[in-house]
Amino acid sequence: MSVELVTTEANREDRDALAASPLAVRGLTVSYGEKPAVFSLDATFEQGAMTAIIGPNGAGKSTMLKAALGIVKPVSGQVTAWGEDLEEMRARIAYVPQRATVDWDFPARVLDVVMMGQYRKLGLLGRVKTKHMQTALHCLERVGMDGFADRQIGQLSGGQQQRVFLARALAQDAELYLLDEPFAGVDAATETAIISVLKDLRGLEKTVVAVHHDLSTVAEYFDRVFIISTSKVAEGAVADAFTQSNLQKAYGGRLATAQMGALG
Amino acid sequence: MGEEFVVLSLAPMLIGVFAAVACAIPGNFLLLRRQALIGDAISHVVLPGIVVAFLVTGVVAAWPMMLGAGGASLVAVGLIEAIRRLGGIEPGAAMGVVFTAMFAGGVLLLEQSDTSSVHLDVEHALYGNLESLIWLDAQGWASLADIGALRGLPPELPRMALTLVLVTGLTWVFWRPLKLSTFDEAFARTVGLPVSLIGLGLVVVAAIAAVAAFDAVGSIIVIAMFICPPAAARMVTNGLEAQVAWSIGFAVLSAVLGYVLAGYGPLWLGFDDAVSAAGMIATVSGAILGLAAAFGPCRHRSGVSASAP
Amino acid sequence: MIWDALTLQLGYNATLVTIGAALLGMAAGATGTFLFLGKRALVSDAISHATLPGVALAFVVMVALGGDGRALPGLLVGSALSAAVGLLCVSALTNRTRLSEDAAIGAVLSVFFGFGIVLLTVIQSMNSGRQAGLESFLLGSTAGMLWQDAMVIASGGAIVLLLVAAFRRPMTMVAFDRVFAASLAMNVPRVELAMMGLALAITVVGLKVVGLILIVALLIIPAVAARFWTDRVGHVVISAGLIGAVSGYAGAAVSATAPALPTGPIIVLVAFALFILSLLTAPNRGVFAVVLRHRRFRARVHVRQGLLALAQGQPIYEGLTLRLMRRRGLIRADGVATELGRTQAGKALRDERRWQLLRSDPAYEEAAASYDGLTPLDDVLTPDQLGALDRELQPKGVF
Repeated sequence: MSVELVTTEANREDRDALAASPLAVRGLTVSYGEKPAVFSLDATFEQGAMTAIIGPNGAGKSTMLKAALGIVKPVSGQVTAWGEDLEEMRARIAYVPQRATVDWDFPARVLDVVMMGQYRKLGLLGRVKTKHMQTALHCLERVGMDGFADRQIGQLSGGQQQRVFLARALAQDAELYLLDEPFAGVDAATETAIISVLKDLRGLEKTVVAVHHDLSTVAEYFDRVFIISTSKVAEGAVADAFTQSNLQKAYGGRLATAQMGALG
Repeated sequence: MGEEFVVLSLAPMLIGVFAAVACAIPGNFLLLRRQALIGDAISHVVLPGIVVAFLVTGVVAAWPMMLGAGGASLVAVGLIEAIRRLGGIEPGAAMGVVFTAMFAGGVLLLEQSDTSSVHLDVEHALYGNLESLIWLDAQGWASLADIGALRGLPPELPRMALTLVLVTGLTWVFWRPLKLSTFDEAFARTVGLPVSLIGLGLVVVAAIAAVAAFDAVGSIIVIAMFICPPAAARMVTNGLEAQVAWSIGFAVLSAVLGYVLAGYGPLWLGFDDAVSAAGMIATVSGAILGLAAAFGPCRHRSGVSASAP
Repeated sequence: MIWDALTLQLGYNATLVTIGAALLGMAAGATGTFLFLGKRALVSDAISHATLPGVALAFVVMVALGGDGRALPGLLVGSALSAAVGLLCVSALTNRTRLSEDAAIGAVLSVFFGFGIVLLTVIQSMNSGRQAGLESFLLGSTAGMLWQDAMVIASGGAIVLLLVAAFRRPMTMVAFDRVFAASLAMNVPRVELAMMGLALAITVVGLKVVGLILIVALLIIPAVAARFWTDRVGHVVISAGLIGAVSGYAGAAVSATAPALPTGPIIVLVAFALFILSLLTAPNRGVFAVVLRHRRFRARVHVRQGLLALAQGQPIYEGLTLRLMRRRGLIRADGVATELGRTQAGKALRDERRWQLLRSDPAYEEAAASYDGLTPLDDVLTPDQLGALDRELQPKGVF
């Protein structure tokens, strides 16, 4: 950082926070056109926790995640992973995009897709060895999709496609897992399978961040929440931040229709 | 028969096959990325490229013309991208604006300049002159082992062969990034792949194949081979590796069958003159696509969400 | 000479062709707008290339029947039939197979065109075909045109333009919003068929003037150019019609002045020049305007974020933010806030606090929806509401 900053004390504290966090953004603003979809976000995701990013439709949940990963270009803001430049840390980050963003009619089998997760290990011309195949098959097994390896991806149900994407992320063997709406439009069996895999990951000291839309399951599934509505509303442990007043701020009147029962 | 075949048909047939395959391979990826019409755009802007090259150098020679054509395709791709981004225009319309305007410019330049002494016209750019690429020095199959005779091969043959080697080699080396970024661009970016660079590289390779091919076989084959063999292959198989293999097979079949039908078909029907080989190769590739669309085992869309954004 | 041409003083045929080209350009611009807004601009490329086998077959049939193979009406009927077959192939490949529309378009245009070239070489080898001159359909040619042919073009241009005028309402509705049009019990497929039919008619009428490779430009370029000037569908249609008419008129007139100025390319280049003008200078969507606006917007975001950070004592990481704030005299070179900076930071923070309060109060539901971090609250609330909000802020001692 070339410029000396306004408050050095605040700055030093923040540096420590950044270095400890697998993913942090500062001053992130993203805009499609002239209206910011996400404005001046600061977020510091906690190592080893499962964090849900929640907020109403159009609040910028997915946009925030995509900008943090460099998939969309922000107007301003910086992203660090473990305090370093994101590009240097790509190998330690796995990503599960929304299912609808790819063409499932693409000529590929389930195993092909999972093998894509090992791209960084294989490189351009690295030989695919038995151990790579075994890793891929094992990842399929973890999401309950063993036996589907040779299936054309278009012939899967929505939930099965989501699990294939998760298996691909597992094959990346990362430390930070970012998921964009992993439970959207999936069957109950898939939801159970996914959440058990994610909890296993947490057990292994991995960090999980997921864009989530179902308020009724937040407390059950996650440790922490990041509540967003264009800008940050709250960030913290579920017990502290997932409160009626914070949700009211984020969802406004829409909260009435957004599962009030969640707050018990 | 053998001798006549070697002299008259071997070289053009091989050139046709090499050109067809060199276009079909990148065509597979363009098809899957919904950029199939890039081939159409590139082959239209070849004309202004060669006219400008002629006006600059004053001669009709292969290398300046290919450089001109290559330059024109890069200008076209850049313009399309600029109009798409700066103006927020959908890619199809941006393409339509650019290639028609550049083609019109080419025709106008051609009409305005004195090309009466040289063989340079729109028809040539469109359908090439595959039939004229004969191997005069050949005396039969034995000439294939005769260095002196091999020197007399039309220069289009080694040029096209080299292009094919280049296209195949690049596709082989960059197979994984190409496949990954074509299937899931967002994921490819998070893995650290330079997604835009890969996309540009693919278009450049397609342009190289198109420019090398147009000189020998004309633009029609180029457009047809970018699209028809990969499209037919897509309806026969559900694996990318298999699809590329099938598309190569279909490209070879179109080139060989098209050349034979153009050269000998009319004779069998009792006519004297051969018909355009380039046109016939495109027609055969269309027939193959038609058959694949009617009977191909994988001709229907699969998947619960087949529509991509 | 050019003045003579532009004022229609180059003879009867040239005048007819020029008027025909202008009418055709207007019809093409308007019809092209419907295709373009439906994101189907390049369908016209398939239509135009697919005319070639029809032209050639019509020639063969007319010769076989003992007539003149070059009769323009016969050739145009042939071209229309084969273009219709091409269009059917595009829709069959798109609807019945897994191919996307762009691939279907490319396949149809290259295969039909290739087959047309095969037929042209067949005709060249026929005795009567030596002087067929069918190549003129590739690039268009109005030189030495017969009076009857000029009449066909002028009246053809007038007829398609009338048809466009007659169908403009349903086509506008469908191009603007298919779903809404369908909800009005409108027969959407039939309207789309009419659009395609019009595009086909324009292609056929334009074959002789512009040529089949370039006719697609008349359907695309005016529409794309017009889009830069206005956001309203009706206005786009009219502007595109005007741009098309000017291109057709000027192109045909200029080309009549000299033999080495082919009609089609000149028309296309005039249209392209108008497009470039629109792309760069259109007031709202033009490149200059967009770039300028984007830079201003970016500066607004950075300064606002910088001020908020300043007010809350948070670090500013971004070089651009610091540069912009220095340039505006909000901070000194060493990064410390100036008097002006402190005042403005205070204002920004107060606005942001007001927003936060407003967003947590269900009473302001509607206003809260317009929050984007940048909009000043004064723009959203009336002074009375603002006062009420500030009264809520004060007693809590937030400020």
